[in-house]
Amino acid sequence: MSIDIDTARKVAKLARIRVEEANLPALATQLSGILGFMEQLNEVNVDGIEPMTSVTPMRLKRRVDVVTDGNIQEQILKNAPDAREGFFAVPKVVE
Amino acid sequence: MSANTWTIAAARDALRKREISAVDLTMSCLTAIDAGDALNAFVHKTPEIALEQARAADARLAAGDAPGLCGIPLGIKDVFCTKGVPSQAASNVLKGFKPEYESTVTSKLFGDGAVMLGKLNMDEFAMGSSNEASCYGPAVNPWKIDDRKLTPGGSSGGSAAAVAADLCLGATGTDTGGSIRQPAAFTGITGIKPTYGRVSRWGVVAYASSLDQAGPMTKTVRDAAIFLQSMAGHDPKDSTSADIAVPDFEAALTGDIRGKKIGIPREYRVDGMSSELIALWDNGVAMLKDAGAEIVDISLPHTKYALPTYYVIAPAEASSNLARYDGVRYGHRAQLAAGDGITEMYEKTRAEGFGPEVQRRIMVGTYVLSAGFYDAYYNRARKVRALIKRDFEQAFAAGIDSILAPITPSSAFGLGEKSNADPVEMYLEDIFTVTLNLAGLPGVAVPVGLDAKGLPMGLQLIGRPWDEAGLLNHAYVLEQAAGFVAKPNKWW
Repeated sequence: MSIDIDTARKVAKLARIRVEEANLPALATQLSGILGFMEQLNEVNVDGIEPMTSVTPMRLKRRVDVVTDGNIQEQILKNAPDAREGFFAVPKVVE
Repeated sequence: MSANTWTIAAARDALRKREISAVDLTMSCLTAIDAGDALNAFVHKTPEIALEQARAADARLAAGDAPGLCGIPLGIKDVFCTKGVPSQAASNVLKGFKPEYESTVTSKLFGDGAVMLGKLNMDEFAMGSSNEASCYGPAVNPWKIDDRKLTPGGSSGGSAAAVAADLCLGATGTDTGGSIRQPAAFTGITGIKPTYGRVSRWGVVAYASSLDQAGPMTKTVRDAAIFLQSMAGHDPKDSTSADIAVPDFEAALTGDIRGKKIGIPREYRVDGMSSELIALWDNGVAMLKDAGAEIVDISLPHTKYALPTYYVIAPAEASSNLARYDGVRYGHRAQLAAGDGITEMYEKTRAEGFGPEVQRRIMVGTYVLSAGFYDAYYNRARKVRALIKRDFEQAFAAGIDSILAPITPSSAFGLGEKSNADPVEMYLEDIFTVTLNLAGLPGVAVPVGLDAKGLPMGLQLIGRPWDEAGLLNHAYVLEQAAGFVAKPNKWW
């Protein structure tokens, strides 16, 4: 599968990573190379094989549905690039 | 010999006999670290924390309450969240991030009295095999044979360089596709990637959650056993952590492997493998045979598909895990232009914050998970992964106790030598290491000898799930037989 420039642009958009137009051809070439390498997997007969979901068969643990912490607003906001009045601040999102 | 060159086992015994204080031991490492800046291994030094922890360790030692790691100075890979100390996984996107919490692994180490000297260099988000994809610049291998600076390997390159150069007695690493074992091999040290679920991932910056596993990097197998003892165990905060009893790893080092069956996988003898590597591997086989093990030729037929499987699954999980770096809750946020909205904020923040290899893997992951390609790539890779795991299960069911294989195609290469190459060329570094991550198995790297250039080469042993104890004993036998004692000549 070869990745064209339009696909590279679309993937960058989906990944929310800004890629300059001038850099898209190189990106497309690299992605094509990597995906080409993955094509080998098509040689494998996977009929009737269940996809692997866990490394060791074990039931996912469930914890009791109780609050174990809380009242740590200051700690949660401490590393925020922009926090105001107890909230994370972001650019305006409503028109 | 200066105390920073000691093994953990030797330092533990000397500390308990009060032949040295934890403060003096820590000071000797801090001195070595300051003299070792050319290695670029420690990227955040924490001498105040180290000395405070050392003083507390001395008090415990005096009181006779001293677990194995009490007073032992360690380096911590930058991927572990450490409270109040920069923890950025070598990424600019986490610049300035100081966690408000402590990872389970470092909590356990500190609970046992270990001393943190600082944070260690790595490839950004543990994605790389040369430590060149780091926001701090590459860590440098203490081994040198000419004017070139060599890579210590990756992603735990800073950990490997620091241990090999005696800047610390041991270091934490993480291994998603070989990131403990390959740098251990490149620097002539020991490293074990435990069974998936043996060590808690809580508080470890995630790369590929179904593959990531932390482990120790040390000067000897015994040190790895002591260190792993402290790291391992069930953690309710990690839902994939196994509630399985942790045996006494050091007590398992009996040196007796008579009658054990060691598998030699024929598929690892790949085309173009150097005669030097073949000889090293054959030597390892002979050593284990001399120790009384039974050598069995085995087949792991899906081996050649491990690398492409890994490079579908790991980026897919990474694209999902790294979605959290959005410039809102922590880390970097891009300067915005007038009129920029939230989408521009995400896109600019992530373009500025992530390095090229991380961006590439996120985009590959995004592609293989996108509508229309999910089945063709991601689901197919998960099915092939099941087959790779089944290969190992069949070998173990046939009575194999452990598997001996190479770790790296060659010894350490020069920094910059592969940086302009096709990304796939760098991925080939992981060809012998990724299989056991996919299968969730434990694997240990042991230094076995020097190549013709004078650089260290290692071999790996792959064990049954949850049998790190038996695996470490096999590694101990290999270590004793190989008698690898070479150290890099100090140039830094």
